[in-house]
Amino acid sequence: MKKAVPLYIGTAALCMVGFAYTLYQIFYVAPLAQAPLYYNQKIFYYHVPCAFMLFAAVITCGIASIKYLRKREERWDDVAFAAAEVAVMFGLIVLVTGVLWAKPAWDKWWVWDARLTSALLLWMTMLAYMLVRKYGGAGAERLAAGLGIFAMINIPLVYASTRLWKTNHPSANTVPSLDSSMRAALWLSVLLFTFFFILLLRLRIDAQRAERRLYRCREMALDAGLFE
Amino acid sequence: MDFLQHVKTLAWKDIRVEFRSREIVYTMTFFAGMVVLLFSFAFLRESSAANGGMITDASLSPGFIWVAVLFSGTLGLSRTFDRERETGTMRGLLLSPMPRAAIFLGKAVGIFVMVLVVQAVVLPLVALFFDAPLFDHPLALLCLTLAGTLGFALVGSVFAAMLLKSGSREVLLPVVLYPILVPLFIAAIKGTATMMSGSMSETWFWIRFLLAYDLIFTVAALWTFEHLVIE
Repeated sequence: MKKAVPLYIGTAALCMVGFAYTLYQIFYVAPLAQAPLYYNQKIFYYHVPCAFMLFAAVITCGIASIKYLRKREERWDDVAFAAAEVAVMFGLIVLVTGVLWAKPAWDKWWVWDARLTSALLLWMTMLAYMLVRKYGGAGAERLAAGLGIFAMINIPLVYASTRLWKTNHPSANTVPSLDSSMRAALWLSVLLFTFFFILLLRLRIDAQRAERRLYRCREMALDAGLFE
Repeated sequence: MDFLQHVKTLAWKDIRVEFRSREIVYTMTFFAGMVVLLFSFAFLRESSAANGGMITDASLSPGFIWVAVLFSGTLGLSRTFDRERETGTMRGLLLSPMPRAAIFLGKAVGIFVMVLVVQAVVLPLVALFFDAPLFDHPLALLCLTLAGTLGFALVGSVFAAMLLKSGSREVLLPVVLYPILVPLFIAAIKGTATMMSGSMSETWFWIRFLLAYDLIFTVAALWTFEHLVIE
């Protein structure tokens, strides 16, 4: 684990420099959007990557949960838990930036469009996951793993069930039609957020493992009669 | 064949226990009726007819039906599994040579029947209070009710069984269950609404959606149940 520390610092530094560079890319290089969006469109470079990371985190959580239930190895449980936490964070960013963007774009803070609804529900499911982990008592890991799997399966269903509502969210194929410098800034942002996501995930997994080891040490110390 | 026999035995056991006390069905039905009433009071408006009193819009009724079913069904779920826990019979079931999948399906069928009883009361009640044309397409209504309730019973039984040993199961059950049930809930409401407005091709689409949901989660539940129930 110690060996990984320079790697973590390196990734963190890369993210720091990279995010600073995206600021330049986004505000100076990428052109201003058409009316009525203007500067509001800039939030897009953070909103979309965070949405990708939310989905990546939920899928990571689901796959790790399946592995955990099959193999009963704690390391998979750590991955699932870390991914759920990261998903909650990215979900919050997606929702807040989405609401901020929706007001100038559609003149409403919130509309029940397929993507908004699915993002909100995914976020709620991950919150439920955290609640289960915290208050579920004995066996909460397995219950949470079940929830993680069901949440992953639920993604396409939620999306399909809300898709038939009239949607005014810009569709996925707006990305290729963007100005090339806009596209460059977006994909750079996505790449950096991916690094950031992996870094956060690794750090949380390590913290989780350290906690587990500490707990075991305490148990051993209790067994050896070192504590009262 | 044996498997189905096990499922039948278990479901029949639950239904018989319930039939003797009628505790769950009575309380669930009363609760569902109360939810419908509260909703009617919440959305009262004055009738535009000359001598009309206060009414509630029929277009709101699909939502009320399924919210009432969801809420009362959650009560029923906790209660059925609590019964097993209080008497310690869940351990007995898990120790028996039946496959766990059969235990799960047996439980789910029991819940399914109880929620259907609630539906049988809620649907006429809503049709009465809201003046909603619910019974114009009996076949579609039946399919919607069966498919929707089945999905609820399946997913609900998995989570209720998992939470059996957990201390704060009453609060955690809705917390974990509702986000997963949202697609089912949306499809059931949309299906009921389109049925009331007479656009039947859409209704059948939503019924197919519900069946797909049921199928997907049956597979997921059968796979996970084995690993999830702790005793």
